[in-house]
Amino acid sequence: MRLLRKNLVVIAGLLTLAYMILPNVVVMVFSFNDPAGRFNYAWREFSTDAWRDPCGVADLCGSLALSLQIAAWATLGATALGTMIAFALVRYRFRARGAINSLIFLPMAMPEVVMAASLLTLFLNMGVELGFWTVLIAHIMFCLSFVVTAVKARVMSMDPRLEEAARDLYAGPVQTFLRVTLPIAAPGIAAGALLAFALSFDDFIITNFNAGSTVTFPMFVWGSAQRGTPVQINVIGTAMFVIAVLVVVAGQVAAGRRKRTDVS
Amino acid sequence: MTITDIPRAPEAPEAPPAAVRKSPARKRLVPYWLLLPGILWLLVFFALPMVYQASTSVQTGTLEQGFRVTWHFATYWDAFAEYWPQFVRSLVYAGTATALCLLLGYPLAYLIAFKAGRWRNLLLVLVIAPFFTSFLIRTLAWKTILADGGAVVGALDALHVLDVTNWLGWTQGDRVLATPMAVVCGLTYNFLPFMILPLYTSLERIDGRLHEAAKDLYASPATTFRKVTFPLSMPGVVSGTLLTFIPASGDYVNAELLGSTDTKMVGNVIQSQFLRVLDYPTAAALSFILMAIVLIMVTVYIRRAGTEDLV
Repeated sequence: MRLLRKNLVVIAGLLTLAYMILPNVVVMVFSFNDPAGRFNYAWREFSTDAWRDPCGVADLCGSLALSLQIAAWATLGATALGTMIAFALVRYRFRARGAINSLIFLPMAMPEVVMAASLLTLFLNMGVELGFWTVLIAHIMFCLSFVVTAVKARVMSMDPRLEEAARDLYAGPVQTFLRVTLPIAAPGIAAGALLAFALSFDDFIITNFNAGSTVTFPMFVWGSAQRGTPVQINVIGTAMFVIAVLVVVAGQVAAGRRKRTDVS
Repeated sequence: MTITDIPRAPEAPEAPPAAVRKSPARKRLVPYWLLLPGILWLLVFFALPMVYQASTSVQTGTLEQGFRVTWHFATYWDAFAEYWPQFVRSLVYAGTATALCLLLGYPLAYLIAFKAGRWRNLLLVLVIAPFFTSFLIRTLAWKTILADGGAVVGALDALHVLDVTNWLGWTQGDRVLATPMAVVCGLTYNFLPFMILPLYTSLERIDGRLHEAAKDLYASPATTFRKVTFPLSMPGVVSGTLLTFIPASGDYVNAELLGSTDTKMVGNVIQSQFLRVLDYPTAAALSFILMAIVLIMVTVYIRRAGTEDLV
């Protein structure tokens, strides 16, 4: 009992962690299910059919490819625009700074459904046809603020003396930027880009409003919740999870190794 | 992320010899060129839509003949009169989910920040890991977990938890799925990482020596927490609650997938009015009211909490 009381925080924390991990476990286990009906909610028997044929459901892999494509373009756009804004905010003085800061902050402080709905009214009033381009525009819009935040944090913590040193050593502005500024800011930019990719790839609400008849992967899952959930959805969910965890672990190992060689 | 311009930018580096050749006027324009594309994007696709939404909300007409601005403000009143239960439900569900996130998330953030030792990175990865599977798939998994007659529902029934929640009106009979409890459970689950990460960030910054000092001054662990740890973690609490409450209040995914017609939130109404009923003025008015409510609540909350940093 004393042991229990002493480790109360640990136990509570681990229970929360279990609550957060449980659905992932269910998704993984049910990717090996052979459901009785159209819905994959109740366990029937073990099967690897879905894993052997992940694209066996019409439109599933097409929607996945589309989501990856949109996420890649949205990441590129949001990272470029966001990095420029972040540099301007940290490095320069200019008018209307407060207004610009609010404009960047507000998209993050607004329920997604409000942004989605208002953007749809713009497209409706303008007579813009909904589809790939409207989704891409929307994704760049809401990813932008997150990239600015991530890059800004990194640029703010940079030592301006490093760039001064480069200039003292007769590096031109372009050379200074490419060989000193950019490499130091790179982790912030990479973090922003990763965040943008994840946000765009997994976005549902804004896409739901502005996609028209275009079907991204989250839209496919949403539709299947009404029509019947194929096991392949779980297969793709599990595969994404495993790939992402492997990437993270590889990154950690690489970072750890670099640190060790730095020390020695 | 700040409300106003809090972080003081380091002084712009002094003009280097190489840059002197450029005219000062051209140099002064640099920040504007850097800002232009991104700010333009936000103005056209974030700010301008707000104007169009306001305009749409005071239009009347039919889908066939088109809508025209007639300054028909009664739409706001009609929309609110018809859908106020959904508004109240949204705020109650989002508020409950936020409180639960804080209650569940704080111990985990505390554990990672102070007690994890060499397991810290692993635990952090585990907190972020669920994100790697699409949130819609994970929300659907709750249909399995909370299934009628399943292990979770059986356990809750055996522990007489369901008797209490039935009495409170959160569940019905021996069902959890399609009740308010399922929706709140889904909301809590979906937004927990947004609570834990800011909490962890602010807890991790606390100097460990402060705990030792409190101990030296004969403070019990409970007092240390109440007087030292918790007040210092306030920035994390504020940003965590905001990052949970704001998206939860507009969410319609959990209510749709895990709830029933009796658990519809205002997001569901906006979505169906816009995409199924195609009554754009009502939908725009509802969205506008939601935005106003959230912005007012957030502003008041930030003033009260007395912190301006969101993350």
